[in-house]
Order: sequence, then structure tokens, then C-alpha cells
Amino acid sequence: MFDVFALGPTGWGDEMLMGAVMTVLVSTSSLLLGITIGIVFAACKLSNFFILRAIAEVYTTIIRGIPELLVIYLLFFGGSSAVMYLAKIFGYMGYIELNAFTIGTIAVGAISGAYSTEVIRGAVNSVPKGQFEVGKTLGLSGYSLYIKIIFPQVARIALPGIGNVWQITLKDTALISVTGLVEIMRQSRIAAGSTHEPFIFYTAAIILYLLITRLSNIFFDSAEKKYSKGYVSKDAL
Amino acid sequence: MRLDLMYESFFKIVEGVPLTLQVVSISTILGIFLAVAVALMRISGSKLMSLPAYYFVYLIRGTPLLLQLYFVYYGLSQFEFIRESILWPLLKEPYWCGIITLTISTGAYSSEIIRGGILSVSKNYIEASGALGLSQAKTFILVTLPITVRQALPAYGNELILMVKASSLISIVTLMEITGIARTIISKTYAPVEIFLVAGSIYLVINFIIVIFVNLAERRLGIEKAT
Repeated sequence: MFDVFALGPTGWGDEMLMGAVMTVLVSTSSLLLGITIGIVFAACKLSNFFILRAIAEVYTTIIRGIPELLVIYLLFFGGSSAVMYLAKIFGYMGYIELNAFTIGTIAVGAISGAYSTEVIRGAVNSVPKGQFEVGKTLGLSGYSLYIKIIFPQVARIALPGIGNVWQITLKDTALISVTGLVEIMRQSRIAAGSTHEPFIFYTAAIILYLLITRLSNIFFDSAEKKYSKGYVSKDAL
Repeated sequence: MRLDLMYESFFKIVEGVPLTLQVVSISTILGIFLAVAVALMRISGSKLMSLPAYYFVYLIRGTPLLLQLYFVYYGLSQFEFIRESILWPLLKEPYWCGIITLTISTGAYSSEIIRGGILSVSKNYIEASGALGLSQAKTFILVTLPITVRQALPAYGNELILMVKASSLISIVTLMEITGIARTIISKTYAPVEIFLVAGSIYLVINFIIVIFVNLAERRLGIEKAT
């Protein structure tokens, strides 16, 4: 029963593991893109300009209100032409095709960006007002105030929330399989189709996802512990 | 932007709305029963009950819904004994596989919401109803449950929206709901942006209506909005 998972050309073991590596890679790059988007849009949401707040509000409402699959279809079918359109403005006339990894990263990154925006906005809001005031009193410019005083605290408070976003992002990458990127989901479909053993390959895929979830939980827990040094936990108060 | 195409495809995509709503409401209703059962198992205090419930929730929340759908639709049908069982008429239909998968998924997620709601009921209320001579079952139905509903409703509203979004996945097993139709039109017309806007707006309207209803229910139950 398990010889279908043999490593090398006789089995699917190494292919499935490569699929897991691809899932981790695309999830990680999507999360990083998502956090970057999240920082920008959280800044928009907290800004004094109505237009910026409105743009950020529209973005998070749309992404959180429509299915992820639609976003992926939009970028899968429209991504390359959008990039070519932009390239034309800059004078490049050639044909550009985005690969499945890039499309997947942009799509899932845009989705996880909306969730990150809320997490980061909440974290900035929960930094005590006094911290901003003290920074200003010390004569710090807006830039140093945010980079040196606010950002480290935001990072600490946002960490558990980012852990949740990671979980959502990881699961959303399974949807990229419809664009042909060979990650866990796609690989187990291919293997299931060619061996006529769907049950065992989908079970293997389930185990791989649970394993990644477990390992990332351990990572986020230890990171949380590390950055909470010197803080009294709420439970202890 | 091709407005005529958007106008035309709107009427085609809207035809998928009944299927989306049907699948969402059937699985939501079935899912509530599953969720209450799982939540009660989790807080039962006996390891024999709470551990299976814990692992069930862990399994469902830790894996992608698409994988669960493939597992039910393709994975289970591999076995002879399932193809010969009385469940086969259900399991061979993508429609029922979609409903089963969505029910299990929302059951797991909502059980956590319900569990949180039950645990938030103050011990004093339980003791008070005991002192008034109510039986355990009566205490649960008359005291714990109404408070749980109040506590859990805001989070459950989010779960409903997640369900509407999740239902789009059944288009992958050939069901022609909103996303399925949208995808077909995109691959025919190659106008992803226009179709995305149309299908996306339909989803936003559905979710907006859900938010309005949940808010009405919250007001009726006297839940104060946390601002």
C-alpha cells in the first residue's frame, strides 16, 4: 500500500514532498507580500485623509466579501494582460506571461493583505497613546517615532494575529492548484489520477497540511514567547 | 470596459444565485446541529467525548476546504463498500458532496463559536437556576442556550459570510453556481475584469444582506455593538 510513496521514479513520495515545499514557498511569499500590503493599507486606514481611508476600506471590504477563487480567476486570466498593459505604458511591446507562482503569490498575497491590514491596524491602535505622546515630547520626527518606538511594539502585538493570517494563507494556496502550480493539492490530484488511488493521496495531502500547520504553530508560539520577554502576560495580572 | 458584456453576463450569472443560496442554507442548517453536538462533546468533561471532538475540529480547521471536497468526492468513491452502501446515491452526486463537505466544515468552525458562547455563560446563572430547582436539561435550554445565542451571534454572522464565500469551491466539482458560471463566461469571452466585477458585486450584495439581517437580529436580542 505504501510503495506508491516510494522516493525516486517508482513512486510519488519525492513529488509529494516537493509539492509540500512549493506550498510552503508560495505561502511564505504570499504572507510577506500580504504583510507589506497590510502595512500600507493599515497606514491608509489610520491616516487623516478621507480618500486614503476610503480606498483601504473598499479594498478590505471587497477582498473579505468575495470568494478567494474569484480573485484567483481574475489574476489568472487577467494578470498577464494587466502587466503587458503596464509595460506598454513604459514602452515595452513584447509578450509577457506571468508564471503560476507569481500569479498565485499576487492573488493569495492580495487576499492575505486584507486580513493583515486589520491585524496591523488593530495592533497600532492598541499601542498606548502615551507612547506616541512621549515620542513627540522627546522631539522625534514622525519617521523615527514610528520606526523606533511604535513599530517594534506593533510587531509584538500583531504576531498572534499574523499567525492566524498565515493559517488562512496556507489554506488559500490550495486554490492556486486550479492555475496549474504544482503544490500539495495539485500534486496529489495528479498522483491520484495516475494511480487511481485518490483516497490514499488525499489522505497524504491532509497529513502534509496538518504537519505544516503543526510546525508553523510551534514556530509562531516560540516567536511569541521570544518577543514577549519583559512583558507581563495578561493572565498573570 | 465592455458594459454590454457586463449587462449580458449579469443575467447569466444571476441564474447561479439560487444554487449558491440553496447549498449555503442547507449546509448551514445541518452544520448548526453538528456544531452544537461537537461543542457539547468538547465541554462534556469526559476525555472520551472531548478528544475526538478536539481532533475533528483540528483536522477540519487545519486543512484546505478544497482538499476536503476532493477527499469526499473522489477519495471516498474509490472504495467498493462505499459504492455499494446506501450512502452512494448521495456520494456520487457533486451536489451532495458539496453539501456534506460544507456542512462538516461549518460544523467544525461554528462549534468553536458555540463553545466560546457556552463557556462565557456565567457560573452564577447556572447556580441560580439550580437553586431555583431547574433540572440540568432545563437549565441548558432555558438559561444557557439563550445567552449562548446572544454571545455567539456576532461571530456566527462572520461564519455565514465565510460560508457564502466557501460555497464558490463547489464550482470546481462541476456545479454551476455563481463562480462556476462566471468562470465559464471568462474562458469564453476572455474578459476577466468585467466578469469579476459582475460576479463579485453579486457576492457583495448577498453578504451585505446577511450583515443587515445579523445586525437586525443582534439589535432584537439586545446585543450592544462593541465600538
